[in-house]
Amino acid sequence: MRELELYFGPQHPGMVGNFSITLKVEGDRVVEATSNPGFLHRGFEKLMEYRSWTQNFPLVCRLNVMDPDPYEMVYAMGVEELAGIEVPPRARYIRTIVLELSRIASHLFWAWGYANMLGFDTLGQWSMGDRDYILDLFELLTGGRVYHIYIWPGGVRRDLPQGFEERTLQTLEELAGRLPDYDDVFFENRIFVSRARGTGKVDRDTALALGATGPVLRAAGLKYDTRKTEPYAAYQDLEFQVPTRQQGDSYCRAMVIREEIQESIAIVRQCFEQMPEGPAFHRPPNPFKWKIPPGETYVRIEGARGETGAYLVSDGGNKPYRIHFRSPSYPHGILLLEELLKGASIADVGHIMMSLNIAAPEIDR
Amino acid sequence: MSSEKGSILAPFKALKYLFKKPHTLRYPFELKETSPRYRGFHVNDFEQCTGCGDCADICPNDAITMKVIEGLVAEPGRTNERPEIDYGRCCFCGLCVDICPPGSLSLSRDYIHIDHGTDSFVVLADSERSGNEAFVPSNEYSLMKASLAHRKRGNESFVSDLEYSLLHLDRVPMPQAAAEERKQSFVEMVRGYSAEQARSEASRCLECGLCEEACPAHLRISDYVKAISEQDEEEALRLIFEDNPLPAICGRICMKHCEDACSLGLRGEPVAIRWLKRYAADSVESYAAALRTGAAPATGKEVAVIGAGASGLALAYFLRLKGHGVTVFDSQLAGGGMLRIGPPRYRLPQKALEDDVDHIASLGVQFRFNTAVGKDIQFEELRQRYDAVYIAVGAHRSRTARIENEDKALMALDFLNAAKLGSRPQVGRETIVIGGGNVAMDVARTCLRLQQLEYPGEKTVTKTVSLESWNEMPATEEEIEEAKAEGIEFNPAWGPKGIVLEGGEVRGLECRAVKSVFDEEGRFNPTFYEENTMLLKGDMVIEAIGQGYDLSFIPDNLMESLEFTERRKVKVNEDGMTSIPGVFAGGDIVNLNMDAVTAIADAKTAAEGIHKLLSDR
Repeated sequence: MRELELYFGPQHPGMVGNFSITLKVEGDRVVEATSNPGFLHRGFEKLMEYRSWTQNFPLVCRLNVMDPDPYEMVYAMGVEELAGIEVPPRARYIRTIVLELSRIASHLFWAWGYANMLGFDTLGQWSMGDRDYILDLFELLTGGRVYHIYIWPGGVRRDLPQGFEERTLQTLEELAGRLPDYDDVFFENRIFVSRARGTGKVDRDTALALGATGPVLRAAGLKYDTRKTEPYAAYQDLEFQVPTRQQGDSYCRAMVIREEIQESIAIVRQCFEQMPEGPAFHRPPNPFKWKIPPGETYVRIEGARGETGAYLVSDGGNKPYRIHFRSPSYPHGILLLEELLKGASIADVGHIMMSLNIAAPEIDR
Repeated sequence: MSSEKGSILAPFKALKYLFKKPHTLRYPFELKETSPRYRGFHVNDFEQCTGCGDCADICPNDAITMKVIEGLVAEPGRTNERPEIDYGRCCFCGLCVDICPPGSLSLSRDYIHIDHGTDSFVVLADSERSGNEAFVPSNEYSLMKASLAHRKRGNESFVSDLEYSLLHLDRVPMPQAAAEERKQSFVEMVRGYSAEQARSEASRCLECGLCEEACPAHLRISDYVKAISEQDEEEALRLIFEDNPLPAICGRICMKHCEDACSLGLRGEPVAIRWLKRYAADSVESYAAALRTGAAPATGKEVAVIGAGASGLALAYFLRLKGHGVTVFDSQLAGGGMLRIGPPRYRLPQKALEDDVDHIASLGVQFRFNTAVGKDIQFEELRQRYDAVYIAVGAHRSRTARIENEDKALMALDFLNAAKLGSRPQVGRETIVIGGGNVAMDVARTCLRLQQLEYPGEKTVTKTVSLESWNEMPATEEEIEEAKAEGIEFNPAWGPKGIVLEGGEVRGLECRAVKSVFDEEGRFNPTFYEENTMLLKGDMVIEAIGQGYDLSFIPDNLMESLEFTERRKVKVNEDGMTSIPGVFAGGDIVNLNMDAVTAIADAKTAAEGIHKLLSDR
């Protein structure tokens, strides 16, 4: 049969953003797939070398529209480590709340894309609507809906506003009540289950070898979560489960993400119960004169998509000498996606891509 | 989850939502209120804003430009610029809010802007006075013609919060001797910053430069403070010397107009600019080695300076750097002028004075001490022998209150001079100091110390009496507080009437209550409640109510052509030249501030003027 080259994206209704895949197909089977990132390249890492330590804050969150807070967190953690800044306990808890809300919002965003890709528009509409209620919480807490610029060196930017706890608990209560409906229309829908089982399957060792982390790796049977292995923020004080599955297919990944929403809700509730009193911010040095002693560090946390890391180098100046981010979508969107698409049917290309929850802006930074 | 196989019927449960009310807002018919912390368009309180430009400096996207506003007048601590925001660049991060020193800048709850003008998103952040016709008044606001006009006062949401701001409002405390300890001696009470303390204090500076505008001599304060924060004291000193050759002196006794203008002082403590200057001067082993500057090659021009005070010394310094020969005439025995007589040693120790004066002398300035112009040498002779003359004689004549038995009172300058340079003057056990200014504080505090030395262990009192009430007193708050702590008694709003004698001995001061000090036009014109009097007991009275100048050395024919200002100051043009050609003037006889830094500023102006005059010839 004749081999054809087919472009999936960047202008494609099913594409996640400014990203594309070049497919070599034989009939409706993919022989080889090549990921083409770069459409969204904004040179953030380079830009950060020209901005002061403080000025980079409005920039880091933009590495991932769906899940911006882990980037604020890794940058803050890196800066705090290099500059030797202590974070007050209350800020650690507030940060945990923000990170988990971000995870929930990101997972709901994923549910929209994933369900739509599979033709389940109802769930797409619901989850996107429900995400907005989480964004309302962010707006209440940080003043921004999408980009929060809230976690920064020394703690968080403002303390919890009046009524935030009640409003958050209520929103999460409502969301928890919606999850059975999600199951009814989607996660337990026979059509979805049949479609997703066995699709985009990857075994644990391959996943590990290709740099997979987060729900992708956990769905393949490895219980790896930096919140447990290297606890940061307030995670060491909290009890939560790390959902896993064994088969490593699209279905398993979806179910891991589905269960993580529930775990995140439980984590936020715990944070409010255990919230310490005291300040939420230790003021860092004057931004106009802030120089950080020479040094380098790598910090990592668990973003919604997996291990989110930052490598920071200071040469003693008022700006970073170099910053490099480790984004989970990079190996997922390039190495793993190319591997999983081999032999897949054209109809499953978008499906597999969405099951890996790839965020194009994370790849291009 | 019940089954991992999935159900065919379960999805139909979604049909129940057909019978539920939609929870989405029917935008734009239903508008959504933004949160009380929302980061929308900017609002800036024009009155509060100082135009310091820190918002523009911190903006990561260069979205803020400082614009000169017509009709806005720049004054110390306030520029005539206000921030203009380019919403094509703004990312609504709010860093500008968190750095805003006065807290005037906020982000509002509004975020919708619809306008056909392509440049309408470049806007002046203000509250009510937008002045842009494209804006719709807030009462006509609707979604379809939304504009930035509805950014009105009361709509602020993301506001400055001092607990979470990026400002470091607390000053590094200056180590100084406690009142009980310091009043026992004339040892300098302020101990000075350590290297670490100075670095830490300098690191608070926001580099806005408001201080530089406020400083009469316009020192490059932001730069030298930055140099100190970078532990480069020599660079700091070089920057200071560009505009002020008396850093050890000014680092101690400067009236610090800069600190009054400091952004951080608006809601916290201003950067200790004066103490940092002192640190820079003290931390360097020798000025000459640190500065690496010397006199320029000789130009052959000679300038005579009358008065070796701050202004005369500074002028000599600036002119020597340009290669002109300078001879300074002074009736005293050493350099320093009023600085030598006035500030007591607990404020200005001899070494600081000498360090600064000696460095200027080392540049080849000729001093003719013990030489009074008008007596030992004639003014006319100076005019003939020198290419230019600079008069910086200062105000050395104590004013008197014209009270009864005034001959029994001592004059402030005589007293300070004797205390500092002569043999220790006799002080009473209960001394009364007339005056509420800084000199009165110097006199009272010196007197208190002399009492401690003279009558150790005995009960002694020093009290001041001033026409001015607490709020009107011209002395700095710092001086008043320190004097209070040392135990000086104050009697504000009492006017001295006469010294009460008993057998030729001073027994006290009769005072009357003050009705007002200034008249309606703000001029000094005290009125009294004549019947409301009191007797302030005391055995010694010192008057410290101000000083005037003495220009009697200028011959009458020249005096006639010398012009004065309305406030009886010698009038000079923008080059510092008086109405007599070739005669320049500066310092206390010219300016109203009557302090060291303004005297130096005058010298800077006059040095440029003289240099211009000599170069043109």
